[in-house]
Amino acid sequence: MIIEIGHYALVLALATSLIVSILPVIGARRGDASMMALAPTGALVMFALVALSFGVLTWAYVVSDFSVMNVWENSHSLMPLIYKYSGVWGNHEGSMLLWLLILVFFSALVAVFGRNLPDTLRANVLAVQSWISAAFLLFILLTSNPFLRLDPAPAEGQDLNPVLQDFGLAVHPPLLYLGYVGFSVCFSFAVAALIEGRIDAAWARWVRPWTLAAWTFLTAGIAMGSYWAYYELGWGGWWFWDPVENASFMPWLAGTALLHSALVMEKREALKIWTVLLAIMTFSLSLLGTFLVRSGVLTSVHSFATDPTRGIFILSILAVFIGGAFALFAWRAPMLKAGGLFAPISREGSLVLNNLILTVATATVLTGTLYPLILETLTGEKISVGAPFFNMTFGLLMLPLLVAVPFGPMLAWKRGDLPGALQRLYVVAGLSLFAGLAFFYVQNGGPVMAIFGLMLGFWGMIGAIADLWYRGNFGKLKFSVAMRRLAGLPRSAFGTAIAHFGLGVTVLGIFAATSFGTETVVEMKPGASVDVGGYSMTFDGMRDAVGPNYTESRGHFAVRRGGVEVADIWSSKRLYTARRMPTTEAGILTFGLSQLYVSLGDPMEDGGIVVRIWWKPFILCIWGGCLIMMAGGFVSLSDRRLRVGAPSRRAKAAKPVLEAAE
Amino acid sequence: MTRKQKRLAVIAGGMGFIFIAVLLVMFAFSQSVAYFFMPADLAKADVKPGTRIRLGGLVAEGSVKRGQGSTVSFTVTDGTGDVPVTYTGILPDLFREGQGVVTEGAFDAVSHSFVADSVLAKHDENYMPKEVADRLKKDGTWNDGKSNEAKGASTGATK
Repeated sequence: MIIEIGHYALVLALATSLIVSILPVIGARRGDASMMALAPTGALVMFALVALSFGVLTWAYVVSDFSVMNVWENSHSLMPLIYKYSGVWGNHEGSMLLWLLILVFFSALVAVFGRNLPDTLRANVLAVQSWISAAFLLFILLTSNPFLRLDPAPAEGQDLNPVLQDFGLAVHPPLLYLGYVGFSVCFSFAVAALIEGRIDAAWARWVRPWTLAAWTFLTAGIAMGSYWAYYELGWGGWWFWDPVENASFMPWLAGTALLHSALVMEKREALKIWTVLLAIMTFSLSLLGTFLVRSGVLTSVHSFATDPTRGIFILSILAVFIGGAFALFAWRAPMLKAGGLFAPISREGSLVLNNLILTVATATVLTGTLYPLILETLTGEKISVGAPFFNMTFGLLMLPLLVAVPFGPMLAWKRGDLPGALQRLYVVAGLSLFAGLAFFYVQNGGPVMAIFGLMLGFWGMIGAIADLWYRGNFGKLKFSVAMRRLAGLPRSAFGTAIAHFGLGVTVLGIFAATSFGTETVVEMKPGASVDVGGYSMTFDGMRDAVGPNYTESRGHFAVRRGGVEVADIWSSKRLYTARRMPTTEAGILTFGLSQLYVSLGDPMEDGGIVVRIWWKPFILCIWGGCLIMMAGGFVSLSDRRLRVGAPSRRAKAAKPVLEAAE
Repeated sequence: MTRKQKRLAVIAGGMGFIFIAVLLVMFAFSQSVAYFFMPADLAKADVKPGTRIRLGGLVAEGSVKRGQGSTVSFTVTDGTGDVPVTYTGILPDLFREGQGVVTEGAFDAVSHSFVADSVLAKHDENYMPKEVADRLKKDGTWNDGKSNEAKGASTGATK
């Protein structure tokens, strides 16, 4: 009975979404306040219904109700409780329900926090959100219903895919979806602005907090996914340029561009049309990512089940929303008035450069991701585009951006002073060269080219500090005065500096880990030792152990430095009994920011075992930098000026607003 | 420079960057794209030693031999042709005789055997072109395996 309530709640949510899709738009056109008022109420009702439905599915998992097919296929009564909760979205149907839940959650947030938006804009934004909700509700109800029953109910479930039985599953998908789906709000704002045919700086102010929030969560989600893949798969890599990774990375790149272009629009009323287009593109890439991951056109741990009708359904959603939005854009954009002028060397100019590089880089990732799919569909030829392609194209194209990052915040709006910025950055360049050389020296050599990579990382980090230094005017003013000036800066200035600093940390980690890391593959018998990264590792032998729903064979390694035992590493091969599926659990030992990573291979006939050991110096900087970027996002989000709904269009009423020619 | 010239310079700069990106993409495609082959296709196609390709098929029964240290040799077959493969490193968890496998690497100029630097294994047909999986099924060489319930799970190893 409870299960059917969950199903019914989804049907009711669909009905509500259809009402909110249509009536508020009509209300906004006619100026009918009561019809427009349906939008926020409807959004809250939809959220309540979908949350109820999601709660019911979670309940089915927690009590292991195997009469529900979805639970039977993806759960097991012996599974630890946390995986019963996170297992709800560890399958196709459940993850689509989570997608939907987060979508309606954002609609509800717009309904609650958007009280001081103009009524028509709020009604239209919520209606557009509702179109997306309706499409995905239909998708779930028609092709991916998680509430299908089995009769008679099996006694035991088939267990969750062992790779997903990890804490990462509890964190990675919700964070990623908060980012991915959060961009739907930007999309809805863009489409609503196109429907209304007017757009101004206030619009950019309303959109920016949503963009910032989505971007912050997406940063966290991608970083979390990368770290999860790193420790769970046992391959020692942290980014594989797998199409599924690219699917989440492309909205991030476009979202980063949007974050910066919305800034220009808010401050200078320029780049309006471009910002609207970017908002549409960012969410389109999110939808494309959903299609790539959920339709089964790609094979990966993310594609749970392959059912061609689902692929076609998502492809239709994709075509309708992306096609529709671009058609609307083509029709309405010429009516939007172009904004202010600026010199090429200025804050705006540097943000345009940022946008140019980020969009071109997104396009190369898109090309590399879609080309094999398109080629296979057209010619049947099967090719693979791997890491070398992306490193060569994306890697090279991003270099100028990384060099340009510290310049941006140092240039003034409208007309910047490049010689002045250069003069300040000479010091930064000198410091980062020194830091890079020192780092290289401490690492006892390696590829000489690594110095440039290290410098680039330090350049970003020191550049961000220098930005705050010069804003506070430290060195020229008395320290206490400069501190007061610094404290008086808006939070968003700190957010920018923190995020740019984090970017530098990530870049530093990438170059340090790839340049100075080592990989050793050896066959080890009990008692054998091997030297890695200045540590000596002794293999003690294998021991058998039993977990709640698996058996494992654990290898023990004693780690010594200078003859003194400093730590132990356990690395194991597991066999999950329900699915008869083997997995490798890497043994990872952290020293400061560096890690020793041990992965086991096959046992040999003579009692030895193949062991793969990586020394990963400063690898934690890669994800640490992402966390710092995320912190920057939150600090910026807490800025008063950006607080949702704070800006008002009334203050700008004196300015003539372009009305759409109907 | 007048304002018009400045604007032209900016647009030219942007176009130049896009042009460089397009050239780079085309160059990278010509350098680093690996085509997929089955053993039978190799008889028809002329694949030069050193060219990176992906080779897919089934791991022939009884062909897996462990050599020195972590080097493994095995034969990839599709029922029509056989290709000997050597690989140094740790094989994926789901690698097994009679199961589907995709390896990436190049032919050695001297030994004419395929030297793989990455091996991917999976317990269903998803790592193969559908028509090939169908062909194998028709020929009766396809082994569905006992572990088909391990759906959606793939493992691999990359060097």
